[in-house]
Amino acid sequence: MIRVEIQEKRFGSVAVLGPIAFSIGEGETVALTGLSGVGKTTLLRLVAGIDCAFRGQIARPDRQAIVFQEPTLLPWRSTLDNLTLIHPSLSGTDAEEALGAVGLAGKGSLFPGQLSLGQQRRLSLARAFAGRPEFLIMDEPFASLDKDTSETMLTLTENLIAKHRPATLFVTHSMTEAERLADRILNLHAGPDGAVVD
Amino acid sequence: MQDTRLTPVLSIVGLLLLWVVAAFLTNDPQILPQPWDLIPPLQQEMASGALLRNLGATLLRVVWAFALAMTLGTIIGLSMGRFPVVNRWLDPWLVIFLNLPALVLIVLCYLWIGLTEAAAIIAVTLNKIPNVATILREGGRALNTELDAMAQVYRLSWRTRMRHVILPQLAPFIAAAARSGLSLIWKIVLVVEFLGRSSGVGFQIHLYFQLFDVAMVLVYAFSFIAVMLVIEWLVLQPWERRVRRWRVV
Repeated sequence: MIRVEIQEKRFGSVAVLGPIAFSIGEGETVALTGLSGVGKTTLLRLVAGIDCAFRGQIARPDRQAIVFQEPTLLPWRSTLDNLTLIHPSLSGTDAEEALGAVGLAGKGSLFPGQLSLGQQRRLSLARAFAGRPEFLIMDEPFASLDKDTSETMLTLTENLIAKHRPATLFVTHSMTEAERLADRILNLHAGPDGAVVD
Repeated sequence: MQDTRLTPVLSIVGLLLLWVVAAFLTNDPQILPQPWDLIPPLQQEMASGALLRNLGATLLRVVWAFALAMTLGTIIGLSMGRFPVVNRWLDPWLVIFLNLPALVLIVLCYLWIGLTEAAAIIAVTLNKIPNVATILREGGRALNTELDAMAQVYRLSWRTRMRHVILPQLAPFIAAAARSGLSLIWKIVLVVEFLGRSSGVGFQIHLYFQLFDVAMVLVYAFSFIAVMLVIEWLVLQPWERRVRRWRVV
């Protein structure tokens, strides 16, 4: 379903990613691990279509969603608007339901700045799943959260993935997270001509 | 208890007192009349309809020049802030136009286009565009790249992106450009009218300058300042409060 065939990604004269090829099946969850600075986020941005300056090709579905390290919300729009503006086909009731699914029922009229960091992360998750994505991309979604919040978010994400079954690629430093969420783990490591996976 | 809302009022009262003392020391109403000496000429101009007619003419020019300068300056500035190649090409132009005296542009527009309404508005617009572009270029540079990426992944339409992602981020920059722009534009409009129009506050000031009628010059100047203050209080400040309300939380 998602096919990644990268020959090379460079930043100027520096080869960041070498030959990388993998695919993710429908409903499959793949974790991408590796040392800091090896190029995980760069690879994720190529797969998401955010960065198109590379040699190779990536086949991905139209309906995709992303969860960044930071919530990356529209702080000037209400919690509810953060869902309905991103997914215009979503009705008000569906949006309320999506908020309820992540424990934010009744908070639709608040601005993101009125929510805690944990709640903002939940809103980011709600936004991702509200569009019924075929492909979900997550970049260290549980980083910089305290242990309890991290555990709650992990469980929530696990349940949402089990319910919606999107093909999922997520970056993590934690083997615990990777083993719990992923069907398969890819390790990105430095190679002679840029990072490669095994 | 000190009421900070009183401070601006007291400040204006202080300025008025200074004026009264200066007029008293000058002791020549031809050079500096007392503030209350402006009331009869003000009533005279109101009654004849000249004041409202000329205020209207100036305001219309200000509105046209403001709208054109803000639109074009925002497009140019945002393009320069977003695309380094555009910035490399246009930055030298910006430096030249920023340093070109307003008077030179006004005279050139009148010489090339003629003493017309279009020339007057173009001259004012050209004077203001570099200022708006400079402020909006910084706005373009400050745009959040992660929000851009989010908009790209969720395939937001161009319209949604502009309205809900880009423009709210630019709002403080647009407000700053609008506020500084309005005060700059109306001053330049007065010069343009002074030099080449037969209506407006600038033309009236020119007329009464030749008649050495300081009272009338002050009547027209203060009347237009009053109009601009009303616009500031009734339009700019409420709009600014509205676009910043999410920051209050």
